[in-house]
Parts: sequence; structure tokens; C-alpha cells
Amino acid sequence: MEHCNVAEVELKNLSKSFGDQVAVIDMNMTIDNGSFVVLLGPTGAGKTTTLRLISGLEKADAGNVLIDGRNVDIETPAQRDVAMVFQQYSLYPHLSVKDNLAFPLRSPILKTSKSEIERKVTEVAEKLQISHKLNNRATELSGGEMQRVSIGRALVRDPAIYLMDEPLSSLDARLRADLRIELKRIHSELGSTLLYVTHDQIEAMTMATHVGVLQDGKLVQFGSPREIYEDPNSVYVASRLGLPRINILPADLFESMASNSGTIGLRPEHIAYGKGEPATVKRVEQLGDQTRLHLDFKGHAITALSPDGNPFAVGSTVKIQPENPLCFDDQGNRVAGSIA
Amino acid sequence: MSFSVTETSSRVKWISGTLVITYALITMIPLVWIMMTSFKTPPDSISYPPKVFYEPSLEGYVNLFTTRTRVSPETLASLPPPENFAEEIVRNRDMVIAGPSKFSGRFLNSVIIGFGSTFLSVFLGTLAAYAFSRFKIPLADDLLFFILSTRMMPPIAVAIPIFLMYRKLGLSDTHLGMILLYTAVNISLAVWLLKGFIDEIPREYEEAALIDGYTRFQAFYKVVLPQAATGIASTAIFCLIFAWNEYAFAVLLTSGTAQTAPPFIPTIIGVGGLDWPAIAAGATLFLLPVMIFTVMLRKHLLRGITFGAVRK
Ligand SMILES: Nc1ncnc2c1ncn2[C@@H]1O[C@H](COP(=O)(O)OP(=O)(O)O)[C@@H](O)[C@H]1O
Ligand SMILES: [Mg+2]
Repeated sequence: MEHCNVAEVELKNLSKSFGDQVAVIDMNMTIDNGSFVVLLGPTGAGKTTTLRLISGLEKADAGNVLIDGRNVDIETPAQRDVAMVFQQYSLYPHLSVKDNLAFPLRSPILKTSKSEIERKVTEVAEKLQISHKLNNRATELSGGEMQRVSIGRALVRDPAIYLMDEPLSSLDARLRADLRIELKRIHSELGSTLLYVTHDQIEAMTMATHVGVLQDGKLVQFGSPREIYEDPNSVYVASRLGLPRINILPADLFESMASNSGTIGLRPEHIAYGKGEPATVKRVEQLGDQTRLHLDFKGHAITALSPDGNPFAVGSTVKIQPENPLCFDDQGNRVAGSIA
Repeated sequence: MSFSVTETSSRVKWISGTLVITYALITMIPLVWIMMTSFKTPPDSISYPPKVFYEPSLEGYVNLFTTRTRVSPETLASLPPPENFAEEIVRNRDMVIAGPSKFSGRFLNSVIIGFGSTFLSVFLGTLAAYAFSRFKIPLADDLLFFILSTRMMPPIAVAIPIFLMYRKLGLSDTHLGMILLYTAVNISLAVWLLKGFIDEIPREYEEAALIDGYTRFQAFYKVVLPQAATGIASTAIFCLIFAWNEYAFAVLLTSGTAQTAPPFIPTIIGVGGLDWPAIAAGATLFLLPVMIFTVMLRKHLLRGITFGAVRK
């Protein structure tokens, strides 16, 4: 993986429906050379369909896909030069791990030499720490190992873009955390372009250079993880990122607010303690690294983070005041909002 | 003693095992009887009460493969000593071997027609099933129903049209004719069975191959076929058993060059009376190819080998 084949991928007004079911509508997105773009959205948001449109497994109803400035609408999946990790069914059960990894290299398009196959398979196996399993059948692996191998099947190639469809979703938390770091490292080593799809906000926040948020087939916001977190353009986007989740409350709930908007979004860091109006502590959740407070404020539940030292007991009263909350109109769109 | 909800107790296992084995033994009695008869001498085979213990003889097999003529005791005495065991057995009955019988030729016909039509049915069936499973085919459901409907009446019901058609086309009593006929009967079973198997293979496997630079045909060949091996093997066995055992059309359409073993075996009549050991010997040999074929493919018949590499 000495030299790198990287490319810019551009989606222009891409749309796809299955019968009446809209999967992707009017999607515009530019994936820069060497960037790690994460598409974030719940199940059914159109993530898989977007990847399949780029790889050529589905034909778009409207719009184009451009890879490296080249319109690939009439190209076959093979001609598009993409590698894809599928959400499911990634390994061929009738082949060994080694043959699974070598499978893409043996394709008539790549026609890699034997020694080169050997070298690449060994290299990728080492990178993914599966060298000791190379001669196993694919069926004899644990879930985590299978997933490494299916990521490896993409990594042995040097495509214009890697497409990954929730590759970590079936793994347990620890393995997920390990592989997240691993993938990020591999990406920075290769400098390749990567489009990664997930419903997990932690994966989006930790790995992405850019995050795209999908809602019902629409790309509703695209930007750096910080931008998406700090400057979401709707209630929907604001709710996608942040743990504990952002509190969405009526704007006129707080006396101090100039109520020019429908709702406000209050992240834990938007809550100041010790001034403002009283709230009751309903529950205290110790998570080890953080302590969550579940507050009752005028009949509304608010989840907040306790300040250091956790000075609050269940049943006690604490004064809170919003600071620089996000303001939304009645449709849930972001509006400029200020606080007195 | 502990009880488990999912594991059957050893007593239940023992009882069901005994039942299955008993049933298997009962169904095997006729088979065993035929094999035993094939090693009897003609008098032993028709003795009453039937003999369970007897001195085995190869006379049935010798009679199956030869034609014999009766000679006078003087001629018999003037002959040179018998060259092999077959000659010896025959001379004990005051006969000499006149030549080979037609059995091996008929047996070979069965092999050619049985395996030929099985190969053709499975080959065409796999391609059709793949197409029905993966591509958008106009009226696919109607076509599949039509294919199935070819089996909704007994094939022999169309015997007369086929007989006339084959005579006109010159397909009567030819290997090709019988292969085509059995393929036509088997193809609907093959398409339906194989479609079920191929439907179960996730498309993602082929799609991954397509993205990796393989053509549709290569993806089919390298990914779908190995995973459909189980289905192909069991379909092949069903097709072979039908073609191998088919009797009615074989009687109707073949008489010489392409005659298969089923219509031939009952025509083995000994000199004076039915030669039961020879008939039984023919039946026994006739059983072997299907048995060997099934044993060879039995690994594939145990399903579940290829299903399981799926992330859950
Ligand atoms: N082959 C298909 N046929 C019919 N509907 C589909 C098909 N693929 C996806 N859809 C529908 O399109 C929408 C988006 O699906 P998908 O892209 O798989 O979402 P995600 O990957 O984000 O969960 C869903 O409503 C889904 O039901
Ligand atoms: Mg999906």
C-alpha cells in the first residue's frame, strides 16, 4: 500500500425509490480526496441504498454519481473501482480465510500475481491481527474475526473509495472500540477515501472527518463532527449526536428566555447551576466517568451532567439556567436564538 | 437426574431409535430377499418352504450374463475340461455357454440414459433456477407455475402422443430420445428444488464478487455454485432415481439399441421355467449405481454445512 489511489466522489441529485418506498431523495454530497465521511442515520434512513448506488449495485432513478470527475452511471460495479464491506453476509463459507482475503485480488480485473497476493494477504492479516487464522474456514471464526476478515477483503484492494456498511454493528462494545481505533489508524496510514455508514453516533464522532446526517432518505446536514454537534440545523440532527441526549423543551419554559422560537435544545453543557429557577433531582446515575442527573423542571424531564464532586442528592432542589441553548421553530428547524 | 427442555431424554432417544431401526429392517426385507435369491441355485430359489440358509452359488449371475444351449451327455463328455467357473456351473446343468447375453448392453444403456438425463436436468435446472431467483423476469410466477404444471398429470398419460411424435422424429429407441424425455419429466422438479436452494444464498455474496471485479457468470460459477452444491446433489439424486427406475416409457419407446435395464430384466427367462436367480442377480446389480451415487453425495445431503458463515 505504498502509493495510494484516492479519488473524490460526488453525488448529484441522487434519488432512488423501491415502488412507493422512497429510499434516497435528491442527495447531493461531495466526498473529498482522502476524507473519512460517516453517514449517520437510523435504520431505514437510506444508508445502505446510498452505498449501493455508489457501488453500482442499484441504478439511480435520477441524478448521477461522479468518481474522480468521471460520470459512472453506465459503468458496472467492477469498472467503478470501489471496495465495499457489507452489513451482512460478508465471507464466503466455502473458502478459507486466506482465500476469502485473496478473492478480490484474483479477480479478472486485478489479476494479481501469486507472490503479490501472498504479500498483500499477509500484510492485511497482520494489520487486522488475524494472521493465525488464515488457514481456518470462514465458518470457524468468531464474530469479531469474521468482521476483521471482511474489512480485510476490502483493504487488500486499492480502490478509489472504500464503502463500509455498518461494519461494526454486530460486534460487542469492546471489539467495536478496538476496531474503531484500528480503522481510524488504517485510514490515516492509507490516506484513502472512505465512506462509512452507521447508526452509532460514537463511531461518527470518533472516526469521521465529515459527518452526513440522513433522515428518511434525505441528507439533512453535512459538516465536520464539531459543526454537526455545535451547530445542528434541526431538532432531528441535534438529537443524533450527544450523550446524554439533548433536551428538547418548550421555549417559554424558562422565564429568562426571549420566546421567539417553538422549542429550545438544551445540551448538558448548556445548563448552568446555581442561578435561575429551581428543579428537583429525581435520579442520580453514576456512570463512572460521568454522573447524570435526571431533573424535573416544571413537569418536564431534563437530563443533565452533574458538576464535579456531585453535590446533589436525590430529592434536593437545584437552580438551573439555560446558557446559549439551540433554538428551533415549530417545524423543528434551527432559528437564530438568543437568551436574555 | 436432570431434565432439560431442549434435549430429549435418553429413554425417548432409545425408543425412537429402536422404532426407526425396526422400520428400516422391515422395509429392507424384500431387498435382502432379492439379494439372497441372486445367490441361490434355481431349485433352491423355488423350493418350498423357502430356504433361508443355503449354499451360495453364482449360477444366477452366470445365467444373467450368458446364453446357453442344452447338449447331449455324449457331446458334453467329449468336450475339453471347462476353462472357468462359469463354464463349470453351466455344464453341471447339461448345457454349454452359447454366447454373452444382452444384459451388459442394456445396463450400459441405463447408465447412459440415466446419468445423461440427470446431468441435463440439473444443468438446465440450475441455470433456470438462478435466473428465476435473481433476475426480474416478466410473468415469472406464471412461468414457474407452468413449469410445475407439467407434472400435474402422470407423464404416461401423454404416452401415445409422445410415441407418435417420437416415431415421426426418429427418436424412438434412441439414447437421445430417452435422455430428452426423462429430462423433460425431471426438469420441473429440478427447477423448483434448485430455486429454493438458490433463494437461500444471500445476494450479497455475488454482489461482493461483482464489486471485486468478477463478471456475473464468474460470480455464479465461483460463489453461487459451490454454495448450491447441497441442493444440486440432492436434486441430482432425485432425478437419477426417477430416470433409472422408469419402466413404462422404456417399455413403450425402447426395444433394442436404447432399451434400458428395467424392461429387460423381467424378460430373462431361463431354459424351462423362470430363472429367478438370474432375474434377482439383474435386480441386484441394477441397484448398485444409484446406491453408489447416493453414498458418494451423502455428505452434501446433510444440509447445514454451507449455511452458518452468516453474521447474526
Ligand atoms: N430492495 C429493496 N426493496 C424494497 N425496499 C427497499 C429495498 N432496499 C431498501 N428498501 C427500503 O428503502 C429504505 C432505505 O433502506 P436502507 O437503505 O436499507 O436503509 P438503512 O441502510 O439506512 O437501514 C427502507 O425503507 C427500506 O425498506
Ligand atoms: Mg442498512
